[in-house]
Order: sequence, then structure tokens, then C-alpha cells
Amino acid sequence: MEALDIISYFLLLGLLLVSVKVVTTSNVIHAAISLVFTLAITAATFLLLSAEFVALVIVLVYIGAVIVLFLFGIMITRAPLGQNAELDNDKNKSLALVVSLSIFVIFSYVMFNTFDSQIIVTTGTSTELLGEILLSRFVFPFEVVSFVLLAALIGGITLARQDNALVDENQI
Amino acid sequence: MVNSNLITFLAEGKVTYTDGGTFAEYTWLIVVLPFIAALLITFFGKYLPLKGAEIALATIGFIFAFSSYLLYLNVTEGVASEFFINVGSIGSFDLEFGWVVDGLSIMMYFVVGTVASLVFIYATNYMQGEVRYTFFFTSLTLFAGSMLVLVSSPTLLQLLIGWELVGVCSYLLIGHYWEKKENSSAAMKAFITNKIADVGLMIGIIVLALSTGTMRISEILYQSTHDYESLKSVAYLAGVLLFIGAMGKSAQFPLHVWLPDAMAGPTPVSALMHAATMVTAGVYLLARMFPFYEGMASEALDVVLLFGVITLFAAGMIAIVQDDLKKVLAYSTVSQLGYMVAAIGSGAYTAALFHLWTHAFFKALLFLGAGSVIHAVHTNSMKEMGGLKKEMPRTYTTFILGTIALTGLPPLAGFFSKDEILASLNHGGYNTYFAIAVAGAFITAFYMTRAVVLTFFGEYRGNGHPHESDSMMTTPLIVLAGFAVTAGWVNIPGIYTGFTDWVTTRKNPIVEYHPESFDYFALTSGLLAGLAGIGLAYYVYQILGRPEDGDEKIKVEPIWNLLENKYYLDDFYFKYIINPTKSTLANTVDRFNTNILDKAVNLFGVAAIFLGNIVYNKFDQGGIDKALNISSSSTDALGARVKLLQTGKAQQYIMYFLSGVIVISLLILLVL
Amino acid sequence: MSAQPFLIAAAGLFSIGIYGILVRRNVVMVLLSIELILNAVNINFVVFNAMLGDALLQGQIFTIFIITIAAAEVGIGLAIVLMLFRNRKTANIDEFDLLKW
Repeated sequence: MEALDIISYFLLLGLLLVSVKVVTTSNVIHAAISLVFTLAITAATFLLLSAEFVALVIVLVYIGAVIVLFLFGIMITRAPLGQNAELDNDKNKSLALVVSLSIFVIFSYVMFNTFDSQIIVTTGTSTELLGEILLSRFVFPFEVVSFVLLAALIGGITLARQDNALVDENQI
Repeated sequence: MVNSNLITFLAEGKVTYTDGGTFAEYTWLIVVLPFIAALLITFFGKYLPLKGAEIALATIGFIFAFSSYLLYLNVTEGVASEFFINVGSIGSFDLEFGWVVDGLSIMMYFVVGTVASLVFIYATNYMQGEVRYTFFFTSLTLFAGSMLVLVSSPTLLQLLIGWELVGVCSYLLIGHYWEKKENSSAAMKAFITNKIADVGLMIGIIVLALSTGTMRISEILYQSTHDYESLKSVAYLAGVLLFIGAMGKSAQFPLHVWLPDAMAGPTPVSALMHAATMVTAGVYLLARMFPFYEGMASEALDVVLLFGVITLFAAGMIAIVQDDLKKVLAYSTVSQLGYMVAAIGSGAYTAALFHLWTHAFFKALLFLGAGSVIHAVHTNSMKEMGGLKKEMPRTYTTFILGTIALTGLPPLAGFFSKDEILASLNHGGYNTYFAIAVAGAFITAFYMTRAVVLTFFGEYRGNGHPHESDSMMTTPLIVLAGFAVTAGWVNIPGIYTGFTDWVTTRKNPIVEYHPESFDYFALTSGLLAGLAGIGLAYYVYQILGRPEDGDEKIKVEPIWNLLENKYYLDDFYFKYIINPTKSTLANTVDRFNTNILDKAVNLFGVAAIFLGNIVYNKFDQGGIDKALNISSSSTDALGARVKLLQTGKAQQYIMYFLSGVIVISLLILLVL
Repeated sequence: MSAQPFLIAAAGLFSIGIYGILVRRNVVMVLLSIELILNAVNINFVVFNAMLGDALLQGQIFTIFIITIAAAEVGIGLAIVLMLFRNRKTANIDEFDLLKW
């Protein structure tokens, strides 16, 4: 067993633990913070897999921006901060546990059988190559996806802003 | 997409020409615009200050300006090109639409543009306050547009489409006052007579297309001048069939019967129809296919000539006895069309087109003048006119100019064109036909003078006080009078023969007869015949007797009856074609119907009722209905239970969905 | 380095996300769980990319696209939540039952 293997086991165990925390904690802020940790560990895993650019993107986009959005969402919807017993739907809990566990079992079974002895060979940095490919071969999807992002931005603003009439009154 | 051709095989001809440049490329505009305009008028016309007339006027004005420029281009450098848009194919035939810009087309564009714009201006005033004013302008615009589709067509298919469109529009316009039975039946008559002829055209086009393997007119003409065997074997048939089509539209004997009845339409329609559009279509077709006739179907040309000569004489004779001013002009149109067709038949391409050109202007003038008179006296009958010289001086002057032009006195337009036709008949050695054509000139002069005398001279015999028409109506008259005087000067043998060059820009190298100088024998005979006709009519109607009983003076009973009954042609059609169809055939069919078909049907009916009762009571009520009721009530009961699943809670739906996913995954994993 | 632990961890992350979607009442929490699921997918893509040694790095590129779309989704999702909250004065998902029979 090599050092990298041990590190990866630790990372993945931590990943699972903090992600469980995301869905079980009864404190919304704690859930968001746990998600930050989940994402951070994911980023570390990506570094381990020599996907450092994706790791960087995760850190910048998710931890930097998306989590902030979530915190805003939590505050704007006045979710009760601190401990809150009402956060979970207790009726669903047992059934949800069954469903998610079955899915986990099925997935694991498939992964176990299919990728039994697959070995990952890490090849050092890949960022330069990634940039080249992204802006040559995949430049069209890249542009399309940026257009989608723009559309989402405009859509989000349109949805979230006040009624036109109200806005006008406010301005006056 | 657009595929343009400088019409190359004509390079063998002597005239230099170009492809017309940008303007030729955009000629499709004048074809498409009327249709757009018609749509606009239909939908928005009623809300506009002039009730849609302004759109029509703007469109036709544009067409006039555009075609004038094209004519200028053609005069200065000669234009011959065609453009194709391929829209698909049927079997080995390309479906192509497009537009031709060559001498013949440009001449037609200009005639349509000029006459139509003047008629439109005239109509805005003439039709003031009439029913369906806006719709009238829609149809009128469509009419002009359809004619442009026809004359711009580089393929036989598009020509046929334009041909039929013209027919439909004429139906709409002739039947404009459809509330009166005779008007709607006149429209019907025009449509059906044309349709009968169209069958000939259609078969002719099919024959041509199958034997040449193309719909392109230029390609067909190329083959007909280069001895293609497959075409040669059917050339006579195709030539005659095409001519049958032309007989319908151009009102050649014996299919001319629709045209006088078409006078039921408003006068601007008559003017447009008889001058620039519709009736010229047949002559245009013959002229367009002229190289084909010359090259391969010269026997068919004899048929063309024969019918042309018959028409010009027979229709002219009928015109003498008509009391309706518009009908005189209508038969005169038929007669003049006979001249044009006869010219084509004698191989004088230019002469026919030249007469079409001059005739368009003076006949439009005469019709609009007649309309002006009718507008003033509120009747078509010349028996109730007379003495309008003093009341309507402008109409009178222009009408007189039109009459002289039609009669063929120098130096007005009709003189040159009619002379050229007579000269070519004389040159071709058709002595009998030449004599008849000269007699036709005499008749023309006679009936026109008669019409003028009865309308404008003597005392007023109608009721009320006629007044000169509005300037909106007289201005087009004056402009047309200008054309009627000058239009003939573009082709004076020995002096200036520009017109010959215009219309022969793309003509094939086959020789047609074109007089280099005046044929003095033809000229003298034509002129003398005209003068004699004028003199005799003036003597008979003005000097010898009062116009109201003037007709009596020269009645020669049998002939007169024959003429007044239009050679019994309508009676013939009714007696031997329409009534037999209606009575004998219809009665037989009726008897067959009542005795055999009806009985059988009744038997079926009774049996069906009997069977139906059984089916209804036992099968339907007892079986199907019950089953349906049970199924619906059970569905209802089931639904009441199942609907509880629809909680509206998204998470439960996700749960169901995931449970399904799990089940399917397990199935795949365990079973497969 | 074996690929299996990564893949099984990703499956676990996916299941945890599903559990979160099923039990959480607050809409924002549900969105958080969706992020977990997307993250599981991301991990799978990167692992497969490394495993297959793809010269075009399509796994990583796809991951970047997923992150982009996820960002868009969060933006729109939160805007919708905001609208819902404004209209219904609550962000609890089991109280939105307009689809109920």
C-alpha cells in the first residue's frame, strides 16, 4: 500500500463524513459550511488525480461564489438560524434511507464488478493541455455554455427582481 | 440559387445586346410586388384614406417606372437575359421559376405598366362609391400581376400558372357586379370558354415538355431551330394545341364568344382586359413561340393565319350591328386580335407585336372614353346617346383620335401597324387573305365611324344632362391619346424601325418578313378602304338619315339577322352543346337516376334502417354502452383511489421515481 | 492507486445527496443536496479521465462544463426560491403542493 493510497482513503472517508453532515445537521449554516468542506476535500481529491485546474475551478466557483449564493439564499428566505428541529421531514426519513442505501448498494455493486482492478496512473500537470484543448477543439461548446450562463444570469435577475410597478413606485 | 443566362443561342442574330445588369436581375420585383400589394390591400385597404387604391397606384406606378427604364435600356443597348430559380424537380423535369428580360417581355412590361397605371388612375374616380371598391382594386392589382407572371415566364410551367391566374382574375373582375345574374353568368362564360381553350394549351405544353425533355422556353426554341427529331415529329400537333390555348385568351373565332359578354365588368376592367392584359396573352404566346412555329411547325402557322383572317372579318361584321357602345369596341378588339394572329400566321412577327403595341394604347383610350361617356349618360346603348360632342369636348376629342388611330389614317398609330400587317400578307402572296384584311379595314372604319356618329354627333336622345367627366378620368384619356398618336412612329419603314430591333433582341436567326420600305399597294388599299368606310358610314348615318333610324337604311335582311345574332354561334352552342347536355343527356341520367339508382338506394335505406334498429337496441345499448358505462365507472372508482398518490409534494414524486429506478436497476442486474 | 475507492466514494456521495433531497424541507437545503450529487458526478468524470488516460482530457472538460451549468442552476434556482418565498411566505418544499389533486 503506497502513501498515495493511504492519503486517498483518508480523503474519501472525510468526504463521506462531511457530506453526511450536510444532509443531517439541523443547523442550516452548519450544512452550508459542511458543503464547503465537502467541496474542499473534492478539490484535494482532484489534485490527487492530477486535475489541478478543475480543483482550482471548484475552489473558485463553488467555494468562492456558489456557497456565498447559498448563504444569501438562506438569509433571504429567513430560514431559522441555529438549531431547528423542523428542518427535516421526519415522515420521509426511513423511506429515504432505504432508497438512498439501495442506490448506494446498486452503484457500489456495479463499480465493484466493473472496475475491479483498474489502476490510475497520474501523469503530472495537465493544465496547459487542458487550456489548449478547451480553446481549440471545444471552443464552440465553451462559447455555448458561456451563453447559457449569460442567459441564466439575465433570467435570475428577471425572476428575482421586484414587480415592475413596485420598482417604479420605489424609484419615485 | 438564382441562375441567370445571357440567351446565348441568339448570338447568331445580328442585333447586339447585353444581359441588362442589375435592373434585369431585379425584374422579379415587378412580378412579385402586385401580389404583396394585393395582400396589403385586402387586409389593410379599408382603413386607408383612399380605401386601398393608393397601394394599387403606388405598385402600378413603380411597375410603370421600372418597365420604362427597362424599355430605355432595351432601346439603347438591347437586353436579352433570363433568370431561373430551381425549386425542385419532378422526375427528370426541373421545377423552375424565373423571369425573362428581353425585347418581347420588356415591350409587354411597358404596355402593361403604362395602360394599367392609366386605367388605375381612371378607376379610382370611375369606381368611386361602387360596391366592393377595395376588393376591386385587389383584383385589379392581381390581374396586372398575373399578366406580369405570364409575360415574365422563362418556363412553360410558369406561363401556364400566369395564364390560369389571369383567367381567375378576369372571372373576379367580369363578375364584379355579381348580384345581377347576367354578370355572373358572363364571368362564368369567360372562365369556361377560356378553360376549354386552356386544355389545348395544357396538352400542348405536356407534348412539348415530353418531346424536348425541358420546360424552359429558350431550350425548346433552341431545339426547334436545330432540327431535333423528337420535337419535329410532334411539332404540328403541339403548334395547333398551343394555338387553341391562344384562341381562348385572344378570343379567336369560334372561341371569341366570351369577350363581348365580358363587357359586363366595370369599364376600367374592359379597358385593361382588352388592351394590355388577357387578350394579348394569346398573341404573346404565339410570338414567344414564334421561332418554334417558324422552325418546325410552319404548317400550324397556316391554321393560325386562317383563323386570324376569319376572326378579323367575322368579328368586324358583328361590330357593325351592335347598339351597345362597349360591345362595338369589344368586337372591334376581337377583330384587331384577328389581325395580330393573322400577322403571326403570315410569318410577320414584328408586325403582330407592333399592332399589339399600338392597339393597346388606342383601344385602352377608346374603352376609357366609352367609359367616360357611359359614366355621363348612365347607359351603354348608343340609341340613347348622340350630340355629346358639345357636352364632353375632351372625351370627344380623344375618342376621335382613338378612332382615327384604329381606322388607320396616317400619321396615327394604327396606320403604321395595320399597314405592316397588310404589307406582310401581300408579301406572303396570300391574295385572298389580303383582300379580306383590306375589307376588314373597311369594316373597321365603318363601324367606328358609326359609333362616333351615333354617340357624339346629332342631337342628344337620352335623359338628363350629361357632363364632362372629372379630370381624374380625362387625364388618362389625354395621355393615352398622346400614345395613340405617337406610338406608331417607332416603326416607320424606311425611316426609323426601332421597334423591330426592340422586340427582336432575342429573336432567333430565322428570317421573318419585315418591310424595308412602304409597300405602296398595301398602303393604298388599306388607306382607301379606311377612307371609304369612314365616308360610307358618315354618309349613311349622318347625312342620309337621322342616327336613330339609321340602321334601317342599309339592312340586308338575311345578313343583318345573321350578324345581329352573332352568326348564331351562341345559339349553336346552346342548341347543340349546352342544351343537349342539359336536356337529353341530363334527362337520360335523370331517368337512370330515379328508376335504378334511387330504387337501389331506397332498398339499401330500408334495409339499413331495419338493421340499424336491431343493432341499436341489442348490440349498442345492451353491449357497447353497458361495457362503456362499466369501464367508465370502474375508472372513476380506481381514479378516486389512485389520485391519492398525487400529493403535490415534490419529494414524494422523487421517491416514487427513484423507487422505479431501483426496481429497474435490480431487474437489469439480476435478470440480465 | 486503485480507482475503486474513488468510485465507491462517489456513489456514496450520490446516495447522500439523494437522501438530502428526500428528507430536507427547506428548498435551499434541497439545492445544497443537489450540489452534492453534481459533485459526485464530477468526481466520477475526473476519475474516469485519469483512469483512461484520455489525451483530450474530455473528462476534465466535461467537469468544467458541469460546474458552469451548476453555477447557472444555482442562480436560477435561488431566484425561483426567492419568488416562491415572496409569494408564499415560506421556503418549505412540502408546503408547495399546487400539483395536488
